[in-house]
Amino acid sequence: MLLPVVLVLLRKTRMSQHAETVALHPEIQQRIQKQRLLDNVFRYVTLSFALLVLVILGGVIVSLVDGALPALKKFGFDFLTTERWNPVKEVFGARAAIYGTLMTSLIAMIVGIPVSFGIAIFLTELAPEWLKRPIGTAIELLAGIPSIIYGIWGLFVFAPFLQRNIQPLLIAIFADVPGLSSFFAGPPFGIGVFTAGLILGIMVLPFITSVTRDVFETVPALLKESAYGLGATTWEVVWQIVIPYTRVGLVGGVMLGLGRALGETMAVTFVIGNAHRISPSILAPGTTISASIANEFQEAVGDIYTSALVALGLLLFVITFTVLALAKLMLIRMQRNTGART
Amino acid sequence: MTLYERRKMKNRIALAASGVAALIGLFWLLAILGTLVVNGVSALSFELFTESTPPPGSAGGLLNAMFGSLVMSVFGIVIGTPVGILAGTYLAEYGKSNALASLIRFINDVLLSAPSIIIGLFVYELMVVPMGHFSAWAGTVALALIVIPVVLRTTEDMLNLVPDSLREAAAGLGAPKWQVVSHVVYRAARSGIVTGILLSIARVSGETAPLLFTALNNQFWSANMNAPMANLPVVIFTYALSPYEDWRRLAWGGALLITVTILVLNIAARLLTSRSSVRQ
Amino acid sequence: MDRPSEAQGSAATQFRGISLASPRATDPAALTEKISIKNLEFFYGSHKTLKDISLSIYDRRVTAFIGPSGCGKSTLLRVLNRMYDLYPGQRAAGTVLLDGQDILSPKQDINLLRARIGMVFQRPTPFPMSIFDNVAFGMRLYERLSQSEIDGRVEEALKGAALWNEVKEKLNQSGLSLSGGQQQRLCIARAIAVRPSVLLLDEPASALDPISTAKIEELIDSLQSQYTIAIVTHNMQQAARVSDFTAFLLMGELVEFSRTEDIFTKPADPRTEAYVTGRFG
Repeated sequence: MLLPVVLVLLRKTRMSQHAETVALHPEIQQRIQKQRLLDNVFRYVTLSFALLVLVILGGVIVSLVDGALPALKKFGFDFLTTERWNPVKEVFGARAAIYGTLMTSLIAMIVGIPVSFGIAIFLTELAPEWLKRPIGTAIELLAGIPSIIYGIWGLFVFAPFLQRNIQPLLIAIFADVPGLSSFFAGPPFGIGVFTAGLILGIMVLPFITSVTRDVFETVPALLKESAYGLGATTWEVVWQIVIPYTRVGLVGGVMLGLGRALGETMAVTFVIGNAHRISPSILAPGTTISASIANEFQEAVGDIYTSALVALGLLLFVITFTVLALAKLMLIRMQRNTGART
Repeated sequence: MTLYERRKMKNRIALAASGVAALIGLFWLLAILGTLVVNGVSALSFELFTESTPPPGSAGGLLNAMFGSLVMSVFGIVIGTPVGILAGTYLAEYGKSNALASLIRFINDVLLSAPSIIIGLFVYELMVVPMGHFSAWAGTVALALIVIPVVLRTTEDMLNLVPDSLREAAAGLGAPKWQVVSHVVYRAARSGIVTGILLSIARVSGETAPLLFTALNNQFWSANMNAPMANLPVVIFTYALSPYEDWRRLAWGGALLITVTILVLNIAARLLTSRSSVRQ
Repeated sequence: MDRPSEAQGSAATQFRGISLASPRATDPAALTEKISIKNLEFFYGSHKTLKDISLSIYDRRVTAFIGPSGCGKSTLLRVLNRMYDLYPGQRAAGTVLLDGQDILSPKQDINLLRARIGMVFQRPTPFPMSIFDNVAFGMRLYERLSQSEIDGRVEEALKGAALWNEVKEKLNQSGLSLSGGQQQRLCIARAIAVRPSVLLLDEPASALDPISTAKIEELIDSLQSQYTIAIVTHNMQQAARVSDFTAFLLMGELVEFSRTEDIFTKPADPRTEAYVTGRFG
């Protein structure tokens, strides 16, 4: 019976002693000061590592500009507009690579956007609960497969398949369509701009799908119910309510996918054919900025050749950085808007 | 057809199309995995794991490339992870509403999606040119630079999930901030941070472009970090594009190994997060 | 505001400071049943949230569902246009007849049902489009109309929702630019633009300030001559002010259903009395 009382008394005296020592003992004050110091150390250590992100970005810019300078000095603005790429005569122009980069990404977007939106609609509005997770996971796993695997698959499986079955068909169909016939002119190489664009289209699927899904889920249930309450069908709710409501976020997601497509390297390197020329036909081989670098960097002899490749890298960096930054800004805006609305 | 019937028809067509889109997505995954298994399994052999990459026309394995990939990935993770975690800690714990943190967060997100070949060029200019030769260290640094944004982002996200009441409870006991974070917050977010690390391992184990101009390749067994080192992605790249049947088979074997590793890591990461979210 | 209600002239019955709606014909024998609910049960998964509900909603009368939160009043409302169908795992059993037709039957076309029954929610939900398009949204779904017909119907609906004078100069502006109370009246205009016969109001004033609430209540009063209205409210004074009939629900059960006047002046069940006199809530 007495024990608890004794314990309480003991604790009380210990606490009061403790309180006194806080006020009196310089040792405790020292300890507090030490903790304050450690707190500051912790704060500034984490800050300096965070700043490292900016240092990396700065380092990338400086090193790329530095490496690209000889080529840019020699060719000037012509570097962007010249199609010729001749290592022997040391004449380098990025035009074919820029064209290939934009064209493959365009094809990727044309095939990738509708499919991504379709998957996102299926997952958010249609799929029964038990199906959402496995399909969602499978799509996300597509993002985990490394670029080089898409490349080897594209070269040995997809390109031959296109060459045998799809490309002859396209050539035949568009042969008599004015304007489009040269676009799909033969022969069917298998590899080329078209094939690279299709593979990029598959590769951007998970990225666009995942953003689309996220922004679709920000639509308040009440808003959708209001439209259903007027007798709208699921498709009408998606098309007339969900998509307009999430417009900014969707554009952000698409640009994120575009940023990926523009910078994608290994998969494209395998299947694009690596030809520094602009063909009217998208079935013909071409090259992209990243594929040129990956293919030629190791073999580049001479300072100007290497510098021209680094200049390509700088160009790629500027393009993708701009696209990705815009994508990010739109997604941030989307977040703010929905935050304010709900 | 009445207006309403037309609308219902449109609805059915559109929803069927979205279902088809989902099937298309699944189809590519299965097509790629199927090809890998068919071509890769035939390349699997005992020698694959015990012998180094062969010269053209003779048999061999991928031992040196596996070793190189492992070593560079491990070092890359070891260097990149602490940087990412500490930087992510700053953003989550001190940078909720300051402009510098917002800028860093923004730049990090851009770096996260930036083409990895740019990192390769950067490390080439940073290390290979001054040192005068390709090296495993350069490859390691390139991989570390890819790890950082991934770990930073997941760390920040996971620390943000830790409820403030937990921080307040710890601070209320008189713990200084650094102890609150290191003893309480990290522990609460542990499985999330581990997920980020797993995902970054998955990411670097398939990276090819940044290794092309840094670690290069090495046909022979080498454990010298100051020399070029073989690694799976670059070996696959070189061998797949070669005209030799043996080399191509090895490329398929390597591709299967990498993909299986990555899928396992991805699924493990997913299981880890779903379990921890259940616990919350 | 600009439409004096029929009620204002006649002497309103007073009950403990609550003014009751003007006495309209509320003798069930003299009224037509619009919706007839029989033995309705509702399940969230395996959890039963409505137990054996039977009641009648009369044509062109206002019926209020009251009760403490979680009693099932919103659920009951959402059964009437089968909104619960959107969510897997939710299920209703029993019979709900709308003009003699069972709407719970699997053969019932849900979109057509919802076009006949308008709904307004707790919070205003303007669609991300212009004021005009918000109102025109529903009517464009089911009717082929010329532009002039649409213009006319939009004006009619906005006037019906007592919003026309405030927005007629800015029909092309986003619906989100309006104030909360205006947004809610826009949602009512959007609902009546499709000319439904029944209006479901799910706590339509719960997110609004007192002045906007008064406007909404006036609007309900003016709408009841054309529409059968069912309103869920957590506010007893509101139920007393706007409704002809009141159903009191408690833990998924219908405790009492009667003329509003009777519920508030001579409740039959002690639990009803306890609730309307504010002894629990």
